Amino acid sequence: MTSTLITVVAVALVAVVLFAVYVSWRAGRLDRLHIRLETAQAALDAALLRRAAVCLELAGSRILDPATSLVLAAAAHEARTAGPDEREHAESDLSRALRVVADQERFRERLAEHPTGEALLEELDTAVAKVVYSRRFYNNAAAVTRTAQRRWLARALHLAGHTDPPRFFDIDDEPPEALMAA
Amino acid sequence: MKVGIVCPYTWEVPGGVQAHIRDLAEALIEDGHEVSVIAPAADDAELPAYVTSAGRAVPVPYNGSVARLAFGFLSANRVRKWIREGGFDVLHVHEPAVPSLGVLACWVAKGPIVATFHASYERSRAMSVAAPMLQSALEKITGRIAVSDAARKTLVEHLGGDAVLIPNGVTVRRYAEGEPLPGWGPDGNVIGFLGRMDEPRKGLPVLLEAFAMLAAERPALRLLVAGPGDADDVLGRVPKPYRDRVGLLGMVSEADKVRAYHSVDVFCAPNLGGESFGIVLTEAMSAGAPILASDIPAFRRVLGEGQAGALFATGDPAALAREAARLLDDPGRRAKLSDEARQAVWKYDWSTVAREVVRVYETVAHAEAGVVEDALP
Repeated sequence: MTSTLITVVAVALVAVVLFAVYVSWRAGRLDRLHIRLETAQAALDAALLRRAAVCLELAGSRILDPATSLVLAAAAHEARTAGPDEREHAESDLSRALRVVADQERFRERLAEHPTGEALLEELDTAVAKVVYSRRFYNNAAAVTRTAQRRWLARALHLAGHTDPPRFFDIDDEPPEALMAA
Repeated sequence: MKVGIVCPYTWEVPGGVQAHIRDLAEALIEDGHEVSVIAPAADDAELPAYVTSAGRAVPVPYNGSVARLAFGFLSANRVRKWIREGGFDVLHVHEPAVPSLGVLACWVAKGPIVATFHASYERSRAMSVAAPMLQSALEKITGRIAVSDAARKTLVEHLGGDAVLIPNGVTVRRYAEGEPLPGWGPDGNVIGFLGRMDEPRKGLPVLLEAFAMLAAERPALRLLVAGPGDADDVLGRVPKPYRDRVGLLGMVSEADKVRAYHSVDVFCAPNLGGESFGIVLTEAMSAGAPILASDIPAFRRVLGEGQAGALFATGDPAALAREAARLLDDPGRRAKLSDEARQAVWKYDWSTVAREVVRVYETVAHAEAGVVEDALP
């Protein structure tokens, strides 16, 4: 009789301990995912700012004609100053403007003819590629985090605290053909 | 005089700047001047004899919307060739602060250059960063013209310096007479709108909302809309029962535009701002259409403080509906506004305006030799 009771209590205790370990493991995973998400977001933010900065530098370099410079500078400025709600739109516009600018006939050649052009081109290639990469990584992190937050256990125990599910960053970041050729 | 005019926007696409250049060029030619216009144009576009194509314009996001502009080395080379071969006494560029042919022409030319500024905006997000880039090209401009006080204010605020004010002209006789479109007014029940349907600043949504309010009480009321844009998008903003009372003409020919002005009882210009002058208003005035326009400074001026057309609080559909109802119910007032408008519009006729522009040409041209190509900057 007593031995049965002891067994039942022991089994229950073990179950509680196992459950607690599991919950804390899940909470720890969620925490790690949040950290990964924040890192990815910072990287994406830096990549976008860098791209806008390189575009502004190219526009201000006097290598391009003034009309092209103006198109590029305007789009870069919009992207850099856009609020959170307009950012995706403004960054997509910058991608589109950059495509029109860079896909002009002999764009690479003309830039390369200029003493500082080669270096700018290299920077632009890098900046554009990094936007594509960092956005993909960020969206991956966002997707995994969202799935983890949506698990019943996470919701039932509020493991994610009061954080909203992370938003995907949806933009057109298709690079110009002239840059992909590099 | 030998005048070279630079148009920044695609020639065959209707627009205020293009129409301005066409009418100015034709008025100058009629006055005995030799005129050549360079403009972006599609390969298969039919161009008047005085227009040279600079090639196609490309769509690109600019200043909050998608604009079709001509820029880049290729366009610059075409403008350069046109200047080299033109031997102009004066180069007249339009909208040189827009990234298109105007600024390119300033870049590749030197000599007497006149520039006309059309657009007005409260604050250009683009201009603030771009002004230094434009500076060396814009510094070559000797004479500056603004088409409105608003355009002049914009110019002063964003680029510095001043300009003379010469408003847009209208070819009054082209609009004076017109056969109404079949099935439309004027019969006391037609409100008209002309302009891009998908350009928010033209204010069509304000008019559509007002129309829905009016249509409920006025079973015979109809709305005639002429201008490019997505029809479903527009009809989607009109409550279902009234949709068959909205006529969308789409993009209309010049001839149908004149007929449209003669088919309405109230011509409405609900623009939210950004309109430097309101060429549409002077056309409607030439046609003698009773006008109801938003109370933006440029419209107020053209309409003689409300003498030649009624005004309503900008962007307010209820105010529009109220004023439109008053006009629709008062044929006497409509007739009076129509007469006043036909009178007031004469001072905007192109014959008057072109003479003013020639004075500017003469002021800058007599001191220098002529327009020549500038060596690669």
